[in-house]
Amino acid sequence: MINLTKSAGLNLHKRNGAEILFQSVGMIAIIISLSFLAWLIITILMNGLGAAKHVEIKIPVDLSSQNVDPDNINDASFGSILKSGLRKKFVDVKIRKDKKKLYNLVSPEGSFELKREILKDPTVLGETTDIWFSASDDLSLFIRGRVDINVPEDQRQLSDKEVTWITQLKTEGRIRIKPNWNFFKNGDSREPEIAGILAALVGSILSLSVCFILSFPLGVAAATYLEQFAPKSRLSDVIEVNINNLAAVPSIVFGLLGLSIFLGYFDLPRSSPLVGGLVLSLMTLPTIIIASRASLRSVPPSIKEAALALGATPVQAVFHHVFPVALPGMLTGAIVGMARALGDTAPLLMIGMVAFIVDVPKSILEPATALPVQIFLWADSPERAFSEKTSAAIIVLLLFLILMNLAAVIMRRKFEKRL
Amino acid sequence: MSNSKINLLKPVRPEWIDRLIIGGLGISAGIAILITIGIVLSLLFETISFFEKVSIIDFLFGLNWSPQTAIRSDQIAAEGSFGAIPLINGTLLISAIAMLVATPLGLASAVYLAEYASKRVRNWIKPTLEILAGIPTVVYGFFAALTVAPFIRMAGGNFGLEIASESALAAGIVMGIMIVPLISSLSDDVINAVPQSLRDASFGLGATKSETILRIIIPAALPGIAGSLLLATSRAIGETMIVVMAAGLAANLTVNPLEAVTTITAQIVALLTGDQEFDSAKTLSAFALGLLLFIITLILNIIAQWIVRKYREEYD
Repeated sequence: MINLTKSAGLNLHKRNGAEILFQSVGMIAIIISLSFLAWLIITILMNGLGAAKHVEIKIPVDLSSQNVDPDNINDASFGSILKSGLRKKFVDVKIRKDKKKLYNLVSPEGSFELKREILKDPTVLGETTDIWFSASDDLSLFIRGRVDINVPEDQRQLSDKEVTWITQLKTEGRIRIKPNWNFFKNGDSREPEIAGILAALVGSILSLSVCFILSFPLGVAAATYLEQFAPKSRLSDVIEVNINNLAAVPSIVFGLLGLSIFLGYFDLPRSSPLVGGLVLSLMTLPTIIIASRASLRSVPPSIKEAALALGATPVQAVFHHVFPVALPGMLTGAIVGMARALGDTAPLLMIGMVAFIVDVPKSILEPATALPVQIFLWADSPERAFSEKTSAAIIVLLLFLILMNLAAVIMRRKFEKRL
Repeated sequence: MSNSKINLLKPVRPEWIDRLIIGGLGISAGIAILITIGIVLSLLFETISFFEKVSIIDFLFGLNWSPQTAIRSDQIAAEGSFGAIPLINGTLLISAIAMLVATPLGLASAVYLAEYASKRVRNWIKPTLEILAGIPTVVYGFFAALTVAPFIRMAGGNFGLEIASESALAAGIVMGIMIVPLISSLSDDVINAVPQSLRDASFGLGATKSETILRIIIPAALPGIAGSLLLATSRAIGETMIVVMAAGLAANLTVNPLEAVTTITAQIVALLTGDQEFDSAKTLSAFALGLLLFIITLILNIIAQWIVRKYREEYD
């Protein structure tokens, strides 16, 4: 006779072990995914926070009337004034090569900064004055401790000579670190210390506005038709399947559509937020339709029936009674769709929004770029300081996404309470 | 004074207004179809003019991809060569790596969240996991190129492995992590849809929780899980920014994940950004690739949706 209890008992030990193993596999999977998320976010934060600091360097410049004519400020040669200021600071630098290195301590933007400074406050004219200039990206990285001096000289950006100059300037109190507001005030630039995200941000906002204005009304209208008025027919089945499939089409395909139809056929301005917004709205439309349908479906039919019973026409019942209840849900869907559109890059590359844009676009017809495209462009730049800028721009992009999703969550909570 | 009586039967609003509104709504719904037609037509026309320059056989079965305009005379063909096989191979290789990473992670997470986690843990973990799906792909691309690829290269170097700096492995792993929440939340839904009675019956016969999950719940949810895996695959195949930034443009015909490969999407971006001559075979080939991509992902999506819908009906 088999001792069932005994064999079952032996087995049970093994089975319980398997149970624990199985459960920990699930936990480990979650931990792996979440630690990857943490790795990503920490890397980006560590890398990007450096861009929040702007290093400046104070240089005495000779602004006497022989250098700058007070009546004709624009004609002065600001670059050479700045250079002679630097030479005077370090008189023992004689060789051409070294002088060049010396000039490179200041950002190439320095001469424009000098001009702006004088135009802002002409009283500095007439004598030698100390003025703060943006430091070059290499100096900036060094001051913020991002350059390892223990690396052999020929393998780092700064030579020993430059390091001694910088140390001297630092002990004289001629170097300071300021919050980098320029990052939010400037457009793109070839110089990482000057480059900012304003132009890209405005481009993104313009594109998203076009996208929202087009896709939200259209999406809501389509959802309302399909959910409330469409007769059960083959056609509405086809539309339904079609919308579900459109939602899963790779975004780059929408970019190809935009390239060949909006740019090729309708000849709309290339690189413009108008075309960007159009392409994004095609992409967002299915998302908004699906979310709006779900929201309309969750409105209790009693609300519509009550309106119909009181004599409202079906259109009145839907627009006056179903709509207000479903609206928060539809807006939530729209925000989620917009958030996805904000982060999407590939379709914008197709329609030429990859241009180098310094000026902030003033209308939806001007060439522009968008925040994720700016990230892509900076990520491609070889200068090390641009890697910081890339991370900083990513932080800004993620903050916008968090804000949008937060708005969606809050709206959903409010909406759930009401029903 | 019979005129002053209100006729209750006559609607206050003329009926045509309502018809007009409903008609307008119907047209909006039709726009969705218009977009699809627009995609198909725009891709098709450009593809047809591409096939006037390059034969469809060479495109679909050619083993060489070098679309550059000829500079040297000894190049493979004067106008470049347009064999899509290396791109299809690269796309499938990277997607396969992504799915190898995402499937176990996604399924194990889904099972844990659906069957083991307490409600509180679940309410925290699920949205946190979904952040992974909400991060823009350009961010993943930057992270893959800046951090993951050098890390893998270094780790491989410790084992004496030569890993390309733009290896398929780095792009695939990062893409896999991105897809985890897609698989986990879809699978979580189908696992939750398995009727409680099946679990109770299994427990009643003395099965442990893991036995119930492996032998009852997963088989019952299998069609839905398969659907979610297909959708995830289609997402991986169509993913652009990660491969553009981390996988590079070398059209190698290899299945070695340590080497660099390129994908359909990365090539479309490479072909259409920068200077382009219109109507050249080079520019037009991007549309042929786009059509290929559209067809592959459409087929996967249709199968996936068909499976999911069919499965849903079974338990409703």
